[in-house]
Amino acid sequence: MAVKLVFLGKLADLAGAPERDVAGPLDWDGLLAELGPQLAAQVQSDKVKLALDGALVSDKATLAAPDGSEIALLPPVSGG
Amino acid sequence: MAIHVHLVDQPFNPGALLGPFTNAHPGYGGLASFIGAVRADDDVRALELLHYEKMTGPGMEALAEEAVHRFELLGLLVMHRHGVMEPGEPIVMVAACARHRRGAIGAVDYCMDHLKSDSWFWKREQRADGWHWIEPRDEDHSDLARWSK
Repeated sequence: MAVKLVFLGKLADLAGAPERDVAGPLDWDGLLAELGPQLAAQVQSDKVKLALDGALVSDKATLAAPDGSEIALLPPVSGG
Repeated sequence: MAIHVHLVDQPFNPGALLGPFTNAHPGYGGLASFIGAVRADDDVRALELLHYEKMTGPGMEALAEEAVHRFELLGLLVMHRHGVMEPGEPIVMVAACARHRRGAIGAVDYCMDHLKSDSWFWKREQRADGWHWIEPRDEDHSDLARWSK
């Protein structure tokens, strides 16, 4: 099993792909280690939000993503 | 009361939607609509809107529910494109039916402010030198802040 990382917006450019499977389960420190320095710096910023299986994670440091789950990395939005 | 929320990847014709929406609400007192399109200026060749399947649609549904209750609407239509669009193509359409004009106009304004800077979309423009991600403007945030006062 794995955890799917989904990179939205410009984060997909930085990651080189819109999604990536990594070994699960995954916590905050594990996520930062998987991302590498550039993406880790982005996701540590208050501007980038995290969602676990479609629900916003209010405190990123408490992330606990089980096997089979999906973590989305959400940069600032712009629609309309 | 009817809520119609659609996230589509093909061009749509706002005029063709407005007639049936109006007819579906006999007895309304006011109807307001807004259409946003890809501006035909600068050197923008195309615009792409990306969304996140798990959150964008559900977020739009929740926004529509909130607007209907807040403005006591009889009906609300929210149509939003994703994918690649060319100048002149509609990106978004919001139409609101209410008993009185203020509810209808307010609901459209409210929905647009939230679609611009509080919905799960990411926008980039293609110019002569390639693709550029569009960050929200300060005005987008101050527009949104009006509704939480």
